[in-house]
Order: sequence, then structure tokens, then C-alpha cells
Amino acid sequence: MSSERSRAGITPSQTVGPFFHFSLLKEDYSRLVGSDHPSAIRIEGTVYDGTGEVVPDAMLEIWQANSAGRYAHPEDSREGLSLEEGFSGFGRCGTDSEGRFTFITIKPGPVPGPEGKMQAPHILVSVFARGLLKRLTTRIYFPEEEEANSEDPVLALIEDPEMKKTLIAHPIEGGYRFDVHLQGESQTAFFDV
Amino acid sequence: MAQQTRNIAGGYRREGSEIHPPYLYPDYKGTRLRAPKKPLIIVPHTLSELTGPLFGHTGIGPLDNDLTRQHEGEPLGERIIVHGRVMDEDGRPVRNSLIEIWQANAAGRYAHKGDQHPAPLDPNFSGAGRCMTDDEGYYRFITIKPGAYPWGNHPNAWRPAHIHFSLFGPAFATRLVTQMYFPGDPLFYQDPIFQSVRDPKAQKRLISTFDLETTVPEWALAFRFDIVLRGRDATPFERPHA
Ligand SMILES: [Fe+2]
Repeated sequence: MSSERSRAGITPSQTVGPFFHFSLLKEDYSRLVGSDHPSAIRIEGTVYDGTGEVVPDAMLEIWQANSAGRYAHPEDSREGLSLEEGFSGFGRCGTDSEGRFTFITIKPGPVPGPEGKMQAPHILVSVFARGLLKRLTTRIYFPEEEEANSEDPVLALIEDPEMKKTLIAHPIEGGYRFDVHLQGESQTAFFDV
Repeated sequence: MAQQTRNIAGGYRREGSEIHPPYLYPDYKGTRLRAPKKPLIIVPHTLSELTGPLFGHTGIGPLDNDLTRQHEGEPLGERIIVHGRVMDEDGRPVRNSLIEIWQANAAGRYAHKGDQHPAPLDPNFSGAGRCMTDDEGYYRFITIKPGAYPWGNHPNAWRPAHIHFSLFGPAFATRLVTQMYFPGDPLFYQDPIFQSVRDPKAQKRLISTFDLETTVPEWALAFRFDIVLRGRDATPFERPHA
């Protein structure tokens, strides 16, 4: 057995800083599908700091299953659910001078959760920025999935109903709005992954 | 509740993550209005956290790991090799995984419109690179040694020379963004970003080591930077390793 003692210590996180764009955003990963995809949706939002000012130098990454609820990853071995050619499930977008980001993607299907329960459709989000010494992670849930959301085992971990609401996107023309509040009264629910 | 969900069999380990810096570290002014103040919710590792983006080799050019050959001429500065191995806590290699790096040029200036430091830009240096780890978790970059640069955090604040690293590892749960430093830098003591890691042993893991063996005579010094990502608890289906 490998003992606690023989384990190597993990490498600590450091901030992404303000000058990552020319490397991490050299390629545009913000469109997970073409805008002409029959079920393309837009997810847009703004990142705010503790005083309500927009954060113009943040970067968001998303990770999601396809519309069948299958992740394009060997850990998801459910062969009965089809993978979609060209859909990786990964997206990345920087915020602009107004703190805004936009992804073009598809709505994911439900995926399995702990103890055989299903999770409501959701998208995982990582937030990076100057001033964040390690990433923040959150989840985007969908407003029309009221029933599935009410039974979702991860949403159920959030006791404060106001905080729970921060994870439900708002419907807009052609998609959804999901704002991120890093700090303050309306702070988004963040997870310790 | 929190205790129950701390370690689900087959999830990634949470022990050891206390060495990461806190969100709020007031000496680093940028954290004051951006650190969340409400407690984080501990989430079990479901299929969503156990999977994560895979990149393959598609789109990675043969010169993407050589930052000295991305332009007509060679960049100014001290040519260096930066290499190492990406492993998990149990010493297993993190294979075929994307690493992205970015850095300032030899004068301490980023090729970024937001960088106002009055030091020269180098037309032959962009400062961005990427590569995939190989089957043993190894990676290798050729670049130039970045310069220290001033920033507005406190009077006479200077960042020690560093290279930014972004790694994915096998899952959403293993994502890491960090910075690599150089041995013996006199600026560590006054840098709140470096100092935000409180454990001296963990601080040391951010500092590369001079590697004479890999140094290429008459050509380039080498620095080694090994990276350790979170390990995974054995799944019930996995035989315990010896
Ligand atoms: Fe930097």
C-alpha cells in the first residue's frame, strides 16, 4: 500500500494574472458549436467584483456533457449514449472591457450523480482572474428544469435559497444570461471541488 | 454533511489542498474585492468533476514549445530549457495532457496591450507556448529567461521572474494554473503572490531547480520544474497498488 508519507505534495496554485490573453485566448474556444447548429444556445453574462464593478480581465472555462448527457471523456463509458462528432464539451472565453463573456453551445442532457440519482442538466464553470489566487468553480443550471433542479443532489447542498438562485441562468432571446458575482451580498455560490 | 462528502471513493483527494493560497490575502491587493466571502460548498466528485477536457495533439504546431523560434529572428535574452514531469501525488505520470505557458520577455515586458512597464518589447518574442506531456508525463520548452517587472501592488513592488503555467490533468477536478519561479531570486520575500502560499515546503515546489545535466553546452542553461497534481482515491474496481 502506498502510505500517506510517500505521497508527493501538490503544486500550489498561483493567480492567472492580468496578461494571459495572448496565450490562453490565442484560439477562440468560446463557440462549442457553430451558430448554425440547430440547437445552438448562447450563454452570456457579466463578471462583477465586490463593489459591483465589472471585471474586464477575467477568463471563464466551461465543461459540459452533450445533449444526450454524455461526456467526451473515457471516464464516461456509457456506450449506449452517443458522442457527438466535433463536440468536446470544453469552452473558454475572456471577459471584455464591460466584463462580459459569451459562449455558443448546446444544452447538456442530465448526467448521473451520487448514489444512482440523476443530476439536472448543468454546465461546470471555472473562473480565473487577476486577484484570484486559485480558480473559482460554479455551475450553470437551467430555469426551465424546475423539477430536475428541485431534485438535484448538488443544488440540494446549498441551504440558502437566495444563494441557490445564483446558479439558475435567466432566459433571454436565443439563450441564457448567467452573471457571476465574485463577492458581496449577491455573491454567486462557489464550490470546493 | 461536509465531512460525509469529503472523500467519495474514486474521487480526487482533498487532503493536501490546504497548501493552496487562500482567496483573500490582503497583502495582494487584487484579492480584496475579488475573493468570495461566503463559504464554499463542498461538492462530491460526480461524473461531471471526474471528467474534463482532452485536447489530443490537434492544433499543436511543432514549434509551439519553442518560444525562441516563433519569429524571423531570435529573441534577446538568456536562452533556457524549461522541462520537467507532471505527476499525481502517487507518482503516476499525467500523460498526454495540455500545458500552456506565458511570460514576459527578457526586459520584463509582456507582449500585451495592458502592460505599461516602460521596458522594450522584443519583436522576436511573443512569450506564449504550449505542448502535450508525453507518455511518461514529461514536457519541454525552449524559451528565454523572463525579466522581473514592477507592479502597483505596494510602493516599489516587483514580481520575481516567473513563467505562468496552465495545466488540465485528467479531470475538471485536477485543473491547475500556477507560476514557476527561478532559484535564488532576491524578490521572493516582498512578493505577496509568492508569499500567499504559506507553507515553506509548498513554496519551494514553485521554484524550479537549476539542472546542469540537461544544460546544453555552448547553447542553453536548463531548469527543471516538476508539477504534482491531485491524486485519486482508489476506486472499488481498482486493485490496491503495491
Ligand atoms: Fe506575470
